Amino acid sequence: MPATLTAAPRRRLPSGLRVLEVTLTGWTSLVIVFLYLPILVLVAYSFNSSRLNIVWESFTVGWYRRVWENVPLLRAAENSVIIAAVSTVLSVLLGTVGAWLLHRYRFRGARGLQTLVAVPMVMPEILMGISLLILFATAGLGLGFTAVIIGHVTFSFPFVLVAVQARLKGLDPAMEEAALDLGATPLQAFWLVIVPCLRPAIVAGALMAFTLSWDELIVTFFTTNAASATLPIRVFGMAKVGLNPMLNALSALFIVATVAFVIFSDYVKKLGR
Amino acid sequence: MSAAPAVSDRSTPRWRAWLLLAPMVAWLTLFVVVPTAILIVYSFCERDEVGRVLFTFTLENYHRVLDPVYLWIFARSIGYAGLTTVICIAVGYPVAYCIGRAREEWRQRLLLLVMVPFWTSFLIRTYAWITILKQEGLLNGLLHQLSPTASPLDLLYTPTAVVIGLVYAYLPFMILPIYGSVEKLDGSLIEAAHDLGAGPLRVFSAVIIPLTLPGIAAGTLLVFVPAVGMFAITDLMGGARVPLIGNVIQNQFMQARDWPFGAALGAVFMALFAVTYWVMLKFGAGEEETPA
Repeated sequence: MPATLTAAPRRRLPSGLRVLEVTLTGWTSLVIVFLYLPILVLVAYSFNSSRLNIVWESFTVGWYRRVWENVPLLRAAENSVIIAAVSTVLSVLLGTVGAWLLHRYRFRGARGLQTLVAVPMVMPEILMGISLLILFATAGLGLGFTAVIIGHVTFSFPFVLVAVQARLKGLDPAMEEAALDLGATPLQAFWLVIVPCLRPAIVAGALMAFTLSWDELIVTFFTTNAASATLPIRVFGMAKVGLNPMLNALSALFIVATVAFVIFSDYVKKLGR
Repeated sequence: MSAAPAVSDRSTPRWRAWLLLAPMVAWLTLFVVVPTAILIVYSFCERDEVGRVLFTFTLENYHRVLDPVYLWIFARSIGYAGLTTVICIAVGYPVAYCIGRAREEWRQRLLLLVMVPFWTSFLIRTYAWITILKQEGLLNGLLHQLSPTASPLDLLYTPTAVVIGLVYAYLPFMILPIYGSVEKLDGSLIEAAHDLGAGPLRVFSAVIIPLTLPGIAAGTLLVFVPAVGMFAITDLMGGARVPLIGNVIQNQFMQARDWPFGAALGAVFMALFAVTYWVMLKFGAGEEETPA
């Protein structure tokens, strides 16, 4: 390379690129506004006393009271929490042990198993929904909590597995060797040495599994019955009927919960490091 | 404990390890492989008048899929999903590029800003648009205040509304993988292209696009496939006026109770999904990790 080129100062932008950079920044700001504006409008109008969105009448928290007094919605929220919690625990168990065994041992079919694990992550939800519906019908099992949880674990645990696997790749194999040399059984080595090292990845995977389950509509739609209806199922039913300020209030609560959860998980992940 | 196994070179599992592996293998077999197999079996079955499935072999269901009505719905679904994907790339690429090239301390914050709506349920984001587009919604309210005589616009339950809903729901899924590609982009390659006399357009088309293609492919996979099969957004924003393939499948299972035909439609969609997946892997979609 000629010496004149290497001597050129770094990040000296031609004026055309300067314009491009400003345009890019402007566009990005616009898109972020586009992403947030509808949500902000939704939250603002949850405090509007008018039933219609057209006019702003006066400030009220009445719609929030209506949500609080709505028994089916509270039941649905309870169902959502139960289903998300159970699916998260099962996903963490399946995903962590699975990741460890796939990482630790070499066996025939390991590659195939790895591919199979990825299938529920990319498979369109509607296909998973209808095939599980057919399975439960063919087996003569009813729909409800068990069916919904099975569906949720099926698409959640691969995310835990992938997160844990990524962490395992960076782990020093000498740690396990040392534990075994010092007389630990393989199970003890796994539980006392490996699992503590994996904690950040397990936590990240668990948070992901919980969020996925909490938000899921499509697979739940095909596997639920009336008693196990989750919050997204109820919201879908209400939104189909039309505008309802109570739904604005519920959505606002949902959004606050989400933001709190994101902040919380960020905090937990930082603790784990 | 006698002679500890050499850990560094991975050993073959012993019976205890197999026992631990069994739950995952069983889970994947029972709830992924077997249901998919049954779905395909069902697609070759008949049903009686009350909707019970009869296990007699027939190609009738696939014959019906080829009916112009359903072919048209398939084509329309692919068209809508394709349009959604293109809009997401056009809108999202500059954003991903901007964030990916931003200063280190800004990157994480901007990314979080894009991520928060993505963590918010797509149902709520769709409902937000309903309150804006509905006949007695916000946009018509604004229009009414600007010109009280104008008749309200019919915005909801139109193809435009469906595409707006799909773009709004899936845009972050396009931005994140492209961001992943842009972040890895080596800035010195761009500088080198400039130094060698390439104009901005040339740099973009000959250097930046090819290097970020894996991100675009991964984003396409995450947007196009779910958009083809989505029925909830189309239900909410298109009413019954613009049914897509997801709505038809849903209807066969929940209302019409023609499961074999629904299974056949599902099997065709699965084939479409497999082809898309394969093509996108060729473009390097697998090199990008799915956003988590």
